[in-house]
Amino acid sequence: MGTWLALVASLNGLAAGAFLLGAFGLLATRQMLGCVRFFRLQSLALVASIFLIAIGMRVPDLIAVALLDLAIKPLLIPWLLRRYVREELFRRREIDQLLNIPTSLVIGLTLTLTAYFLAGVLPPAAGAMGNINVPIGLAGLLLGAYTLAVRREAVPQLIGIFAIENGSLFAGIAIAPRLPLVAEMAFPFDMLIIALVIGILTRITHERVGTTRVGALATLREGAPK
Amino acid sequence: MGRSIAFNLLQILFVVALAPLASGVLARLKEVVQSRRGPSIFQPYRDLRKLFNKDEIVSDQASWIFRFTPYVAFVAPIFVTTLIPVLTNYPLFFAFMGDMLGAGFILALSGFFATLAAIDTANPYGPMGASRTRMVGFLAEPVFMIVFFTVSFIAGSTIPYIVQEHWITLPEFFAPSHVLLVIAFVMLILAEGGRIPVDNPSGHFELAMIDESKSLEYSGLGMALMKWGGQMKLFVLMCVLLNVLVTPWGLAAGKTTGDLLFAAPFVLFKISIFILVLVVIESSLSKLRLFRVSEFLGAAFVTSVVAMITGLLKF
Repeated sequence: MGTWLALVASLNGLAAGAFLLGAFGLLATRQMLGCVRFFRLQSLALVASIFLIAIGMRVPDLIAVALLDLAIKPLLIPWLLRRYVREELFRRREIDQLLNIPTSLVIGLTLTLTAYFLAGVLPPAAGAMGNINVPIGLAGLLLGAYTLAVRREAVPQLIGIFAIENGSLFAGIAIAPRLPLVAEMAFPFDMLIIALVIGILTRITHERVGTTRVGALATLREGAPK
Repeated sequence: MGRSIAFNLLQILFVVALAPLASGVLARLKEVVQSRRGPSIFQPYRDLRKLFNKDEIVSDQASWIFRFTPYVAFVAPIFVTTLIPVLTNYPLFFAFMGDMLGAGFILALSGFFATLAAIDTANPYGPMGASRTRMVGFLAEPVFMIVFFTVSFIAGSTIPYIVQEHWITLPEFFAPSHVLLVIAFVMLILAEGGRIPVDNPSGHFELAMIDESKSLEYSGLGMALMKWGGQMKLFVLMCVLLNVLVTPWGLAAGKTTGDLLFAAPFVLFKISIFILVLVVIESSLSKLRLFRVSEFLGAAFVTSVVAMITGLLKF
């Protein structure tokens, strides 16, 4: 029994590692499609971690949360984005970025270390198994916020928002695994609506202005759409 | 003690004899995956025999470094072989002469000489490839350091025979620090071995070469030794990865020659699986532009730091 729990704990740690790598991927990839792929990886790691915590800490509610997240984050949201955002945006190979990629990676590492030290100040996780989730989730949150700040394109920024949510959920399930199911269910649906709204907004902006680069959208324009 | 030395020699023989075969299998499999026929898996042996029988031409402008380098390149992987577990999981006679860091230094020495030799003859392509190799090398250096830090944090040692014992239980095997460490190290092998996302080993276009251009000036015996040394370096790196960092399973635990011979097929099996992984990587990725190499190694660095952080978290 002891080794079984240890195995679940170390698989949970592995999911945490994959989660963090996914966050770094979101930060560093140059391609739009790569961004979506790393978001998928990150969400799958999140689902795996929720599932493992459900097993390790015997919280059956979390299995429902895991299934819901599995349906929405890695599957439904990328599908929605593909459906509502114009295809040519996804073919872009180079996304605008305020800072170059090696600099971003170094800043990301600093943020991760900050999260590591911040987690020591925060109250400890509910179970010993989730100890790794708090700092890694915090790091995911900070990296998502950094992605949001540094990217200058609508879809990667949107994915940055999702990364923030992923990070907070990753830390949250470890701090409070026994939240009522209704409260847990609210977040994924919220994300779904955000994806839908911003997806449509991006599509319309692209149709009217011809670009979704946020940096280029600095001036107001008048007149009817072409 | 006599047996320990004999086993050490047997390990060296294993590496020296089978390194060209591993390269041959790698080249053949790659061609097969890309739906071509490809050379026989024994082609590297034939190449070596041909080169050993050929005359050697050395520029009269070249200094002793140029003549000396092939021997260093050939001997360095052999020295590393004495330090690492190739067939046995218990330390042999020379095992405590140096740790993994020492092995890294020995390989760096041969790289240093190869760089000097490439500059030595003033062939325009040699120094270009040499400076690129240095660039890749210094970008890979921080990853090496963090990987070794992590290993010494987690396993409490950098002696390969002690490190490998640490991963043997299942929870330790799936520990995030271990898996991420392995990923970072594979990326390092790709960069240091001049494999595809960083450098194309089968490319013949001098302007795009990184690793290969350092041996352009060599012929005959020198070329044979450089080639063989390169193949052994890859083989030794694969042994470090597979026997120390990934799976310590399947190594000989017993002290008889039979145990050793029985372990050999297991090790070859592990190596062929890794070769399959390499083939998949090399066939599905394209070579990066030179200035993107820093991003590839940046990703390796991030992976290794994540490994260290998750290792330090001690959950």
